[in-house]
Amino acid sequence: MNKTTKSNFITYGMVIAAYVIMQILVGTGSVSSLLKGLLVPLCIYVVLALSLNLTVGIMGELSLGHAGFMCVGAFSSAVFSVVTVDTITNVAVRFTLAIIIGAIVAAIFGIILGIPVLRLRGDYLAIVTLAFGEIVKNFINVVYLGIDKNGFHFSMKDSVSLNMEEGSKVIINGAQGITGTPKNATFTIGIVIILISLFVILNLINSRSGRAIMAIRDNRIAAESVGINITKYKLMAFTISASIAGVAGVLYAHNLSTLTALPKNFGYNMSIMILVFVVLGGIGNMRGSIIAAVLLTLLPELLRGLNDYRMLIYAIVLIVMMLFNWSPKAREFRDKYSLKRLFSKKNAQKEEA
Amino acid sequence: MKKALSFILALSMVVSLTACGNAATSDSAAEGTEAAATTEAADGTTFKIGGIGPVTGGAAVYGLAVKNGAQIAIDEINAAGGVNGAQLEFNFQDDEHDAEKSVNAYNTLKDWNMQMLMGTVTSTPCIAVAQESNNDQIFQLTPSGSSVPCVQYDNAFRICFSDPNQGLKSAQYIGENGLASKVAVIYDSSDVYSSGIYEKFVEESKNQNIEVVAAEAFTADSKTDFTVQLQKAKDAGAELVFLPIYYSEAALILAQANTMGFAPQFFGCDGLDGILTVENFDTKLAENVMLLTPFAADATDDLTKKFVETYKSKFNETPNQFAADAYDAIYTIKAALEEAKATPDMNAQDLCEVLKTAMTTITIDGLTGEGMSWTADGEVNKAPKAVKIVNGVYTAM
Repeated sequence: MNKTTKSNFITYGMVIAAYVIMQILVGTGSVSSLLKGLLVPLCIYVVLALSLNLTVGIMGELSLGHAGFMCVGAFSSAVFSVVTVDTITNVAVRFTLAIIIGAIVAAIFGIILGIPVLRLRGDYLAIVTLAFGEIVKNFINVVYLGIDKNGFHFSMKDSVSLNMEEGSKVIINGAQGITGTPKNATFTIGIVIILISLFVILNLINSRSGRAIMAIRDNRIAAESVGINITKYKLMAFTISASIAGVAGVLYAHNLSTLTALPKNFGYNMSIMILVFVVLGGIGNMRGSIIAAVLLTLLPELLRGLNDYRMLIYAIVLIVMMLFNWSPKAREFRDKYSLKRLFSKKNAQKEEA
Repeated sequence: MKKALSFILALSMVVSLTACGNAATSDSAAEGTEAAATTEAADGTTFKIGGIGPVTGGAAVYGLAVKNGAQIAIDEINAAGGVNGAQLEFNFQDDEHDAEKSVNAYNTLKDWNMQMLMGTVTSTPCIAVAQESNNDQIFQLTPSGSSVPCVQYDNAFRICFSDPNQGLKSAQYIGENGLASKVAVIYDSSDVYSSGIYEKFVEESKNQNIEVVAAEAFTADSKTDFTVQLQKAKDAGAELVFLPIYYSEAALILAQANTMGFAPQFFGCDGLDGILTVENFDTKLAENVMLLTPFAADATDDLTKKFVETYKSKFNETPNQFAADAYDAIYTIKAALEEAKATPDMNAQDLCEVLKTAMTTITIDGLTGEGMSWTADGEVNKAPKAVKIVNGVYTAM
């Protein structure tokens, strides 16, 4: 077993171990309702962090609009679920279809954005994705979509102008968003999606295409000179990343009974939040992303005891963690006093004796 | 040297931030510990009321008002001997005006063994939390969650009017009093509250023989220049402009209408409450503006006077409608507990059952309305108070 395979299996094992431990704890009733409620959000943020790490770490481009892809996936799947909640009664089938729809719609938007932008050099992807996220959020806030026996009605003015007949159902009600999405997302499904995302991403990295993508990241000119189709490989990575973010959106939509496109959940701040997970966990390091996403989602909830100082302390902890992980002095310090080294030193001494 | 300097700077920043936080929160913190000290007892001897709302972020002003208003009511009730001989315990959790965080806050309160919930403050999180509280069968009373699905389950009730109800009442008021036949509406289409009122208003206006000659929308991203909307309203010959929006935008609209020489009647809902306190706003412009509001801080009845006085002395600001809603919410819970002869050793599900029936039989005279009663679908029955601004003060119409 080579080193990469071993590392990959550690990552899978970590996720599965976390799942088993949590299931046992939930089964014995020793988990607080807060933590139980947090299990699905944790999965959502882990998937998002993995997805963005593919763009930032492996492809080497900055995306500031991952919340936008999440939003697209969330709304498309929620519309599907609300429409079919009475017709498709098998939850497993309906939710699987919802996940697939969310992934496909987000992937389509990824391709639409990627085709023109990924041909360019420089930070254009960051600029375009930033705009995309804001456009999606604002667009959804003015969309009114309803259904009656004549089919779908669409308006961008208000729900009155949908002109619907009796017995109709307003699905997207402008700024009020979608209400009544069935709560189908569970911890088990979340973990399965994490494992699938991991499998897709890790296999992509270790494949021929993945090596091409990383070659482009490391030296574009050299990659071009050996005949790698730059746009194709970049588009491939970006589309996969977008569709995984879309799946995270599907989980998000099916975890709460209300779905609105607020700056708080689908805005710029959310995109930056995901980027923080990636940067803190280590760019290009999937296992790090998982750990960072879990820690940073748990932290503000665990700090609730501090009341008014909660968000202040959270910010300080974030800065300290960032410094500890990435400042050159801190790394020097860590290397000097790391456990690994301490053990190897002891071993060395033993051998001498 | 440079590093030491930057470290000191950072440290001083942190200290100053905490100092700022301290000044604002020391009051409530002190009260919190006091309350905790007096009511610290084993489970089953106190009623545990949970609260959820945004106390950080953009909507913090509403959450803080609710938190403070509720705290006043809790302190008053505890000082007067509690409910059915038991003290009340209150725990308010932050949700940052986010549905997901709100559910986290709800779960935190559940871990605290909350018996009933006073919240949440804002509509979107409220819908998400109502779903959870219905699953767990925990009694929920929202002070200010005004959108329709907030109380769609039978365990949820509210103190404020629902959005459509405000639109309905406004249209009825305008129609029945013959204020105008040609009405223009300027509303915020990106806001749940505003678009909710607007839609019902337009629907009801047909029954009231009101012609809506212009319905102009703006969004949260374009709320500084209203000349286009006002011009359209003017060209359409509107006699009255209906403003189902918050006061900060309304103040701009009034000023811009004045500049362009457009002087119709203005009519608003409870969101306009507070317009007289906008900084650098010439209150003369608000003269003759009519609004439907459940609460006016300068009302002269004893209850309001006492509440405003206590609030000012404790928190150094004038309470708004949200604080009043929260104050009423706590007293409503008290009345319902007394009606149901509930005891603190009952669990949340049993309490929910008895409170559900008690809610439909009680009648409350509160800050936000006299003779408030509830129907089983969670809606409140109370008469809206229409006030007109005359000489810079609210005057009943």
